[in-house]
Amino acid sequence: MITKRIIPCLDVRDGRVVKGLNFQGLQDVDDPVALARFYNEAGADELVFYDITASAEGRSLFVDILQRVAAEIFIPLTVGGGIRNLDDFDRVLKCGADKVSVNSGALADPGLIAAAAQRYGNQCVVLSMDVKRVQGRLHIFARGGREDTGRDALEWAEFAVKSGAGELVVNSIDTDGVKHGFDLPMLDAVAARVKVPIIASGGAGCVEDFMELFQHPGIDAGLAASIFHHKQVLLPDLKRQLQSAGVPMRI
Amino acid sequence: MTVAIIDYGVGNLFSLASSLRYLGVEAKVTAKAAELRAAERLILPGVGAFGDAAAKLRQSGLFTVVQEQAAAGKPLLGICLGMQLLFERSFEYGEHQGLGLIAGIVQDLQPDLLDKSLKTPHIGWNSLHILRPDPLFKYFQDGEYVYYVHSYYAKDCAASTLAVSDYSLPVTGVVRSSEGAVWGVQFHPEKSGAAGLRLLRAFAEI
Repeated sequence: MITKRIIPCLDVRDGRVVKGLNFQGLQDVDDPVALARFYNEAGADELVFYDITASAEGRSLFVDILQRVAAEIFIPLTVGGGIRNLDDFDRVLKCGADKVSVNSGALADPGLIAAAAQRYGNQCVVLSMDVKRVQGRLHIFARGGREDTGRDALEWAEFAVKSGAGELVVNSIDTDGVKHGFDLPMLDAVAARVKVPIIASGGAGCVEDFMELFQHPGIDAGLAASIFHHKQVLLPDLKRQLQSAGVPMRI
Repeated sequence: MTVAIIDYGVGNLFSLASSLRYLGVEAKVTAKAAELRAAERLILPGVGAFGDAAAKLRQSGLFTVVQEQAAAGKPLLGICLGMQLLFERSFEYGEHQGLGLIAGIVQDLQPDLLDKSLKTPHIGWNSLHILRPDPLFKYFQDGEYVYYVHSYYAKDCAASTLAVSDYSLPVTGVVRSSEGAVWGVQFHPEKSGAAGLRLLRAFAEI
């Protein structure tokens, strides 16, 4: 039986893992390679790395980190952050990424999704979308959640999947960093529109939040950062409790 | 002990090469026929579409080298699309000839799913159920989880199927040619954590 997946996310800036509240007030947490090793041993089903570095210097540091992680950790690795064109896909895939996550780059050039899917296969292209409610509607935000694009989130999800996105990371800006649970109504709305795996992101605060998440059959995976980095939730405990509650887990 | 990873321009071989090196196995990524002939074992990787991959394998001149080496009894492991290429034919976007080393065909998984609410591609960790013991499972326990990413699957190959995973139907997970030294795995052992590494180790020791 196929399992639900638990995915720690590492936001990396200038070679360090950071995690902010509502995308602001970033705080240093740990060394990415050490943290990746820790999560691998704890039973993470995949790892996601977001490179939120602005400088070219930081970028080469990130490439080095990615290679070091990929050389010793043999679970799927997804890389995102600053992916704007096929050269960016190429750059991170050559360093050991299995999947590439696009967000603002796909909003700036929607043709990038189809171009990447054609070259690398749908399984390689993950669309990451930052969603926020604006006057009762679900809008897509760009640039790390700072800019309202005015685009309808459900239409964007559908377009991305038709273009060849193989998975969606759906992040709620309304619940991100707040730790009061995932944005279930929003996630359900997206899951009802597309038939690719949905990775829920934003809002996990405790084990119960994941329990509730996986009561929703359209959701395939849960992604979180700070609760794992700060050891508020321990991966082995979380997976065992989910398994006891009947959620299929790789233990 | 040298394992040659066949490089015919399909997919990312960094993890596969790293995983073998991590196990202490001498591994070489190569597109040279002479190096494939000199190696003790071959791995045929692959991601993407069957037709493209088969065409690239032919263009590289390695299609017949792989067939010749398999016929000579050299252990060969196909991974993911590399496993599908071992079969006779695939129906992914048209009809394409494979290497014909294992009897069977490759078809779209979606129409065969008994539970239509299941998603394709079949992505994620699924438990692998061993139907027949094999040296490839020397370090692998029945029911351990492996990582799959695929939309097409091998069928009409019951005689060579060693292990399956349940996705509302038994998805062909591991096959072995009736003649002996050709294996194929639909999942990615190089992405399947410790269980996957143990499977690669067993192949390196066969």
